[in-house]
Amino acid sequence: MIQRLLKGSIDWVDARLPVVDAFKTHMSEYYAPKNFNFWYYFGVLSMIVLVNQLVTGIWLTMFYSPTDAFASVEYIMRDVQFGWLIRYMHAVGASAFFAVVYLHMFRGLMYGSYKPPRELVWICGMLIYLALMAEGFLGYVLPWGNMSYWGAQVIISLAEAIPFQVIPFVDGDKAAAMGEALTTWVRGDYLLSDATVNKFFALHVVAIPLVLVALVVLHILALHEVGSNNPDGVEIKENLDENGIPKDGIPFHPYYTVKDLVGVVIFLMVFALVVFFFPDMGGYFLEKPNFEPANPLVTPDHIAPVWYYGPYYAMLRATTFSFIFNAKTWGMIIMGGGIAVLFVLPWLDRHPVKSIRYKGLFSKITLWLFAIFFLALGYLGTQPADNSFLGLSFTTWAQIGTFYYFIYFLVFLPFGHRFEKSKPVPTRVTGGKA
Amino acid sequence: MRQFALILLGAITALLASVSVADTETAGVLEDPLVKANVNIYDKVSKQRGAKLFVNYCMGCHSLQYQRYGRLGEDLGIPEDIVLENLNFVSDRIGDTMQNAMDKKDAAEWFGATPPDLTMVARLRSPDWLYSYLIGFYEDASRPYGYNNKIFPLVGMPHVLADLEEELGDEKFREAMLDLTNFLVYTAEPIQETRRKIGFGVLFFLLILLIPAYLLKREYWKDVK
Repeated sequence: MIQRLLKGSIDWVDARLPVVDAFKTHMSEYYAPKNFNFWYYFGVLSMIVLVNQLVTGIWLTMFYSPTDAFASVEYIMRDVQFGWLIRYMHAVGASAFFAVVYLHMFRGLMYGSYKPPRELVWICGMLIYLALMAEGFLGYVLPWGNMSYWGAQVIISLAEAIPFQVIPFVDGDKAAAMGEALTTWVRGDYLLSDATVNKFFALHVVAIPLVLVALVVLHILALHEVGSNNPDGVEIKENLDENGIPKDGIPFHPYYTVKDLVGVVIFLMVFALVVFFFPDMGGYFLEKPNFEPANPLVTPDHIAPVWYYGPYYAMLRATTFSFIFNAKTWGMIIMGGGIAVLFVLPWLDRHPVKSIRYKGLFSKITLWLFAIFFLALGYLGTQPADNSFLGLSFTTWAQIGTFYYFIYFLVFLPFGHRFEKSKPVPTRVTGGKA
Repeated sequence: MRQFALILLGAITALLASVSVADTETAGVLEDPLVKANVNIYDKVSKQRGAKLFVNYCMGCHSLQYQRYGRLGEDLGIPEDIVLENLNFVSDRIGDTMQNAMDKKDAAEWFGATPPDLTMVARLRSPDWLYSYLIGFYEDASRPYGYNNKIFPLVGMPHVLADLEEELGDEKFREAMLDLTNFLVYTAEPIQETRRKIGFGVLFFLLILLIPAYLLKREYWKDVK
């Protein structure tokens, strides 16, 4: 009886909205390669963290007030029932989001997941990353601690470095005035104020999340159109059985839903470990100066971005030359270029082999060097520039790292295959480990 | 699976290492090495003594504007009437925050800077910094109030605790300052004790949940060749 009723309801809905069809296309009849390894958990983990950010974010907006920002955060931490937990989950969630996204992107880099026919999957993903950077910055300003204030000061002042003088008939003075007008417009005031916080609040809770969710949908639709890559870089659609199902594919549901469940539980354990025992992570997730209210008269000893902007902030600071434009403008161009170059990655990589498993030694060494330099840049971005390591200043190291970053994408990826002999790529997936 | 466990283990080790590295780095920035503040956040009596010291010696100038008297009584196990009688000298309501009556402009004139609110000073600086600061005062005739501080040179604050230091002697004074530090570590994050307790419960639950999740995965994946 109940079963009949249930089936009747599903049929009724399905005749009007293709829910069964959608479930089949994206879950029970979406065939994923059977050889996913450790690195393939980070996509689903990004989704988990996104949901965490949306849910905890909704609850935070119920108690946060942009006109009394700092005090309202303390109100959440002290007077709201479990407010501290929601706030820590949101703050740690921001760092977790970037951590899983960086690992997810590195997976793509290792196995060539951006190569044809998956260029749009990668580009949608890059747009997600860009929206995430904006979302993280806007959210970081909201608690209105002293580091929020000074961090925003540094980033917003970048608008003044935009070289408007490249526009015809715009001279230096006019360009400076345009930069200033743009900065004022971004702040919504002549200085950073409540007006800025109110504006950033609106963007952080409505505008960017909408864009993010839409892009995530596009990312997954594009992925399910072309099918997932795998650690061997083998196209499973090229080997179909008599029913047209890939021989090396298994239905996403139930195989990967149950497998991902294990990964999700383990991730949640790491996440809970941080939330409950190291919520400020020694100053890396919640920076010390943010425990006092924004104060235009007191500059923190060292203005550092949160760790996840480290690599690009290091590039900005490493740029010390001036030629036609000043160093700040060049820094911004190089920082922007560092992100822009990722967008054209599918066309930069001209290696005939997709996966690092079957690429030669040169590709392997340059890839791991890239990972090391990227981590180093991340560290350097959070540290004062006047330190030194092995006799070279941190600024010099950041310059070396930045140089390698661009050389990797502009020289090694396009031409690296000429310097090495690749291994033969199998036609079917292997059960091997990464 | 084994690879996964290894990476997880590595991540946790790196995490713990980075936290300890971060601590030593903060210490390295300052001129004088900090004295380690071995506070026991579970020691209620120590925090009670710290609260007493705070209202008697510090609160004339420094507020705890985010800390409520009622919450303090609840967390530190002090009955409401005792809180109102012995700790709350400013108002007669248990729900009030721990403000003080000093005028901020006057204070700035007297000490060169407005005495900061101390609710979150233990997180803004660090418990070690706070403890080292409290025991770091020394006589210096060149300063307006006759004292200077080892880790906060040219500090505007007079050595309010000088009498207490003389009365208690060095060792007892250090113990008292540890109590005061402990109290301010508490006000910086009143939830921290509960947070850790819940944390153990959550981790235990997830650990148990991992077993059926893993068995379910193994069961389904049996037929994947």
